[in-house]
Amino acid sequence: MDIVVRNLSKRFGNFQAIDNVSFAIPSGQLVALLGPSGSGKSTILRAIAGLETPDSGSIELVGEEATNLPTQQRGIGFVFQHFALFRHMTVRQNVAFGLEIQKLPKCEIQGRVEELLKLVQLTNFADRYPLQLSGGQRQRVALARALAPKPRVLMLDEPFGALDAKVRDELRVWLRRLHDESHVTSLFVTHDQQEAFEVCDQVVVLNHGKVEQIGPPQELYERPASPFVTEFLGQVNILRHETILGMNLHESRPLPLQIPGSTGGSIYVRPHDLEISREQNDLPGWPARIKRLTPLGWLARVELILPDGTPVHVQITQANSLELGLENGLNVFVRPRDLKIFDESNKAAAAMNYVI
Amino acid sequence: MSSTVDQRRTSIYGKLLRWGCLLYLGVVLIFPLSGVVLRAVSAGPSRIWSEVTNPFAWHAIMLSLSTAIVMVLISVFTGTATAWVLARYEFPGKGLVNALVDLPFAVPTIVTGLMLVAMFGPTSTLGVVLSGFGTPVIYEQSGIVLALLFVCFPFVVRSVQPVLENLDPAEEESAATMGASRWTIFRRVTLPALFPSIVSGAGLSFSRALGEFGSVVMVAGNRPMSTKTAPLYVYGEVEGFNMEGALAVSLVLLTCSLVSLIAVSKWAERQG
Repeated sequence: MDIVVRNLSKRFGNFQAIDNVSFAIPSGQLVALLGPSGSGKSTILRAIAGLETPDSGSIELVGEEATNLPTQQRGIGFVFQHFALFRHMTVRQNVAFGLEIQKLPKCEIQGRVEELLKLVQLTNFADRYPLQLSGGQRQRVALARALAPKPRVLMLDEPFGALDAKVRDELRVWLRRLHDESHVTSLFVTHDQQEAFEVCDQVVVLNHGKVEQIGPPQELYERPASPFVTEFLGQVNILRHETILGMNLHESRPLPLQIPGSTGGSIYVRPHDLEISREQNDLPGWPARIKRLTPLGWLARVELILPDGTPVHVQITQANSLELGLENGLNVFVRPRDLKIFDESNKAAAAMNYVI
Repeated sequence: MSSTVDQRRTSIYGKLLRWGCLLYLGVVLIFPLSGVVLRAVSAGPSRIWSEVTNPFAWHAIMLSLSTAIVMVLISVFTGTATAWVLARYEFPGKGLVNALVDLPFAVPTIVTGLMLVAMFGPTSTLGVVLSGFGTPVIYEQSGIVLALLFVCFPFVVRSVQPVLENLDPAEEESAATMGASRWTIFRRVTLPALFPSIVSGAGLSFSRALGEFGSVVMVAGNRPMSTKTAPLYVYGEVEGFNMEGALAVSLVLLTCSLVSLIAVSKWAERQG
């Protein structure tokens, strides 16, 4: 375990930024701290880097107690959202900075800088100043600068947040490749679910300064531990208990008794976990009417209305939509394949996947 | 985009505004400036040269330059430190201190001079103590530097402070993550970022100090070849009906001010 955080808390005035957070990051992994703004993800990262002092809790870096260690002695590399390059230094000087601080011999510094410039594909830009580079290039310089002193762990605070979509996509792929080559344990803060899924081995989902769930991306998506995680990781339909009962499901296969009642538990179904057919075929499901059909390239979005007035949003392939001959106003049947059910009383704890 | 530019070009109001502005600049700035230059030129270069190289005039010019330089060297440190405190620390009464920085701009310079004489003058307690140590301030060259320090205090502070406030803390933080000590961070990251604003503040205070009259006339004592600065010399020559002498020294002051102003802005341009 390269990064261990135990019971970390931090308060800014009346705002509880981090609330008793614990997690451990195994060696060599690239892990995302994912959450909406204000969820405490950046504050946690900054606390691990020593740029923020936690009120309580402990931090361990590479097996070494680091809670009270100054930033300078933590052996980390940090990449900031707005690059934070030294504007009066050239690319080469920026990358060499950390090595000069370590007082390495000149020739060694030179070699390492060349090596890193090559790694981030900026050899031809070595003598430019940061202001003469594009956003994507600047962030690559920032990455090279952070990696140059061979940090024990690398931290990235929304590194692609200030870049436009295309550059962001390119840099994601590039970062993942870079990580696969260097294997430096990395912690990556983002509010973008897609980014976390694309780049990271594990994701720590945060909300209101608390850890909601930790796990590999696909596992979080398939088995979310709380309504928050379900809603945050992709689109979802929220269903009422009565709607589920109206499905006549209990005759073919009874629902578990502890399904939350009218007390207000949450039942979720993802748009692609719904199946549309023209005939009911004795399968559990609802009759529904197509309110609006929107083809989106290879996908089609279908907005349905159930008999009790509940709107349901379904995603099927465009091929499937054509095959079924769907059109606006058509009456069809819709059947959920996978429900995510949460009890109101212990939202974060008891989650149930009900595969039909 | 191009259509709006065209509109602006052809608009009669735009034209009026531009020509009006230029005319105003001409009347208020260029006209008086050229007046001095023309009068000096018509007096003839040899006359001007002899007026400038006259030992009294030369001493006054050198005194103005040297006191201004000493003041700038001190102000660069005190001004940067003050800007640092105002930008980086929170303390009770900070708003008041921040407002006080501009005080020298608001106080009439003659009053500044009077305040210094009242505080450090030969009849004040402090003045007596200082004279006792053999270092009187008022009616000495050190008094001139003191007056200039007061009058020019806001320049460096006000040019460094906004730059410091807008500096991205992430630059310093990233240096810290790479192991740089606080002093190294200041020397290699913060100071280079502040340097252009320090130079520009220094240039402005130098130009201002060269021509300072009101406060200096009170504290200097105006002894020729000792505490008479160039502006005081110009005033004295006009009083004594030696217009050529006044013009000659004015021309030197003007040149020094303009050269330092242009040099600083050119330098800043190259940095920027």
